[in-house]
Amino acid sequence: MSAQDMDVGAALPKTPRDFVPLLLPIALALVALPFIPSTSTRITLTIAGLAMGMMIFVMASGLTLIFGLMDVLNFGHGAFIAVGAYVATLVLIPLAAWMQADSVWLNLAAVVPAVLFAMAVTGALGLAFERVVIMPVYGQHLKQILITMGGMIVAEQILYAFFGPQQIPLPLPASLRGSFQFGEAAIEKYRVVCVVVGLMVYFAMLAILNRTKIGLLIRAGVENTEMVEALGYRITRLFVGVFMAGSALAGLGGVMWALYREQVNASMGSELLVLVFIVVIIGGLGSVTGCFIGALLVALATNYAGFLVPKLALVTDIMLMVVILLWRPRGLYPVTSR
Amino acid sequence: MSELLTLSGVETHIGRYHILHGVEFGVPEGQTTMLLGRNGAGKTTTLRTIMGLWRASSGEIRLGGARIETLSTPDIARAGIGYVPETMAVFSDLTVKENLILAAREGEMDQTRLDWIFGFFPPLRKFWLARAGTLSGGQKQMLSFARSLIEPRRLLLIDEPTKGLAPAIIGALIDCLKEVKRRGATILLVEQNFRVAQEIGDTVSVMDNGRVIHSGTMAELAADEAMQQRLLGLSLDTHQ
Amino acid sequence: MMPLSGDPPRSRILSAALVLIVLTLALAPFLFPGAKPLNVAAKVCIFIALAASYDLLLGYTGVVSFAHTMFYGIGSYGIAISLYSLGSRWDAIGLGLLVALPTAALLALVIGLFSLRVQTIFFAMITLAVASAFAVLASQLSWLTGGEDGRSFRVPELLQPGTVFIPRDVLGVAVNGRTLTYYIVFVCCVLLFLLLLRVVNSPFGRVLQAIRENPFRAEALGYRTVLHRILANCIAAAAAAAVGALNALWLRYTGPDTSLSFSIMLDILLIVVIGGMGTMYGAIVGGTLYVLAQNYLQTLMGTVSTAAGEAGIPILPQLFHPDRWLLWLGLLFILSVYFFPTGIVGKLRGGSS
Repeated sequence: MSAQDMDVGAALPKTPRDFVPLLLPIALALVALPFIPSTSTRITLTIAGLAMGMMIFVMASGLTLIFGLMDVLNFGHGAFIAVGAYVATLVLIPLAAWMQADSVWLNLAAVVPAVLFAMAVTGALGLAFERVVIMPVYGQHLKQILITMGGMIVAEQILYAFFGPQQIPLPLPASLRGSFQFGEAAIEKYRVVCVVVGLMVYFAMLAILNRTKIGLLIRAGVENTEMVEALGYRITRLFVGVFMAGSALAGLGGVMWALYREQVNASMGSELLVLVFIVVIIGGLGSVTGCFIGALLVALATNYAGFLVPKLALVTDIMLMVVILLWRPRGLYPVTSR
Repeated sequence: MSELLTLSGVETHIGRYHILHGVEFGVPEGQTTMLLGRNGAGKTTTLRTIMGLWRASSGEIRLGGARIETLSTPDIARAGIGYVPETMAVFSDLTVKENLILAAREGEMDQTRLDWIFGFFPPLRKFWLARAGTLSGGQKQMLSFARSLIEPRRLLLIDEPTKGLAPAIIGALIDCLKEVKRRGATILLVEQNFRVAQEIGDTVSVMDNGRVIHSGTMAELAADEAMQQRLLGLSLDTHQ
Repeated sequence: MMPLSGDPPRSRILSAALVLIVLTLALAPFLFPGAKPLNVAAKVCIFIALAASYDLLLGYTGVVSFAHTMFYGIGSYGIAISLYSLGSRWDAIGLGLLVALPTAALLALVIGLFSLRVQTIFFAMITLAVASAFAVLASQLSWLTGGEDGRSFRVPELLQPGTVFIPRDVLGVAVNGRTLTYYIVFVCCVLLFLLLLRVVNSPFGRVLQAIRENPFRAEALGYRTVLHRILANCIAAAAAAAVGALNALWLRYTGPDTSLSFSIMLDILLIVVIGGMGTMYGAIVGGTLYVLAQNYLQTLMGTVSTAAGEAGIPILPQLFHPDRWLLWLGLLFILSVYFFPTGIVGKLRGGSS
């Protein structure tokens, strides 16, 4: 029997896994739903919230991991979101015929390469950004904030220069238009796709983090980078990989969002950045699951509030953040010891 | 007796603070060298500088003749140095098993070696799949030790392992160190507990104010109370 | 050295530049007759004071806040709402100030208590979120704030352009209510600046700098880090609110775009960084350069852009389009942080600090 297969003894200390945050989205739904008159509206709002939450999660997950592991806060993360959306647009515009065709396969043949290309470009951009912009200011938080903010501004302006200030329409592929009918409720097909994609990303991340050696290194590095190095691992190489992955995820999120809104515009990155930050803060810097729950909470709250108390809808995310921070000042699952 | 580790003229600055002012001493191969001194003498800084966690601003550090002071921490670790820090630094979110998987960088853990470690530290077997954050202080120290022992190292750097621990656990650590010594390991040990120091130390270097003020054998120091008083400020009996 | 609180410019060129700037601003109504130049001059005064209050936070305390324009907006709106509701009276101005300044300080206190215990980064993110929320609120509560359109109001008679003080033109310039308003703005900004200079050179200011350098050591030395940071935050917020009030008085209008927009936040961030963080004088130099550049460089960019367009060079016309002003400023900003961390003032004083 090898060491890896060793069995645990009978006496395991009780490790109370912290389940409370996991129940929060359900609690939120239970609180809000009774006030919503019809079942179909309830379903529509909830699905919309889930879909939006998944998109925000995909965008934010990279940021939280980058911060947890590398202690780098990239205020320019929004740039990757916008660039991802624009790159996908560049690919999809010539393939418009495939997008509008009634065949799922043709649609996919257009969308999938667009997504992959967008992720590749944003990943590469992330690499360049990390080496050129961020590396010189490792450990200096103040300069990092300033420089990445500057990077965000420059990137957005370049997008304006290249693509113009007006919104560019990005219609959904034909097979993803419309809704599924469940009795009275109409569930938009695209939203279901978003939920599926988001869940896939989430479980893939969990799998990598919990079942691979790289994931082990990341989890250990988030806690104590020094000790990981003292065990002989050149963890800075891992940083670059994580940064690229995080940027690529932002690009994916950008594509998803652009298709959701069916348009792209240069300021989408900075507009979404505030939301992403709120989600990351709520979840706890460095925690993927926290980010997941935070995204769900924010999205569901915004959607329910949009229906129930429209005047407050735009500030529900802030209020949620305040409430959660009052309960847990460092977020739902504070992972890092910083 | 050749020296496995040699420090000459090592100076370390942390920010504006000049902590090490030309540290000179050596760790003979196969022996256990104690690094003693009052609080703030620079002992932990010395270990961290050897490990590359803080960069020496000048001086030389040689491991087996090769200079290591310019290497990065991972490379220094790969040169064969195991580090047990003062803060233990176990990864709380990882299980005991995962902590050791990480430490066994070469690959699969050697079951024989693991059993040997379990012999000294039974709780590690018992809490194999428990998250390290749930262990008690003494158990965490055991894990920290185990991480440095899971694979053979040329040199072990150990920083105040017995601090704040119960006598029974200290006993287990000492037994482990004695066995490791018996197998020919080279150890550099920072320890405030003079009883422990006396039991396992072969040679000793005393630090004060960022310098080594005395180097010699443990036997010599243990026999000379006046010297102990002068160097450490306390005598054997009171310094527990 | 008393008025400068013992913190002189320490550079001949800098001193000369500062004197030039201050004198020009002091005599602006007479040096540059006309509404637009006076507007520019007033804007310079206001940006200088606002940037100086931000330097207290960023440069001296080492805290990055994105909520500064929110406090500026509170001051602006305080005056606007007060004058709008109560009419153009001096006591309305007083009331507006009396409400706005403590509100700003209180809000800064709350935010600080909430998030300054944790890290710089956390605080930055939270201020960003709070400022966004505030901007949204300002445009939503249109019954109070006038929504997207903002609030126009009348200033007391003494300050109105129709009020003429000296029947003949002095040096070819009419001395009227606008002139008086300008001098009120100028004098108040000068006073605010000197006050801030006093604060950063006081024992309190020195503790702030110690905390910025090494928070752990400062704690170890017994200074209540969080308390000092919160206080600095409150002082900066109150100062920003005061500047906001001046701005409203000058423009006779307050709206989301003139007081709350994120671009103003970026403006002062750029001014402080390019001028020189932690120098106070950087705000003067940076502010002047910035406002001048913003007004006159854009025309230059426009010329380049059209020229490139006519020459048929691709992409350059778009990159140099006057609207892309922020692109070049952003690049300059990034380069400043890397290569001139001490800013213009730092460079003039002789390099590394």
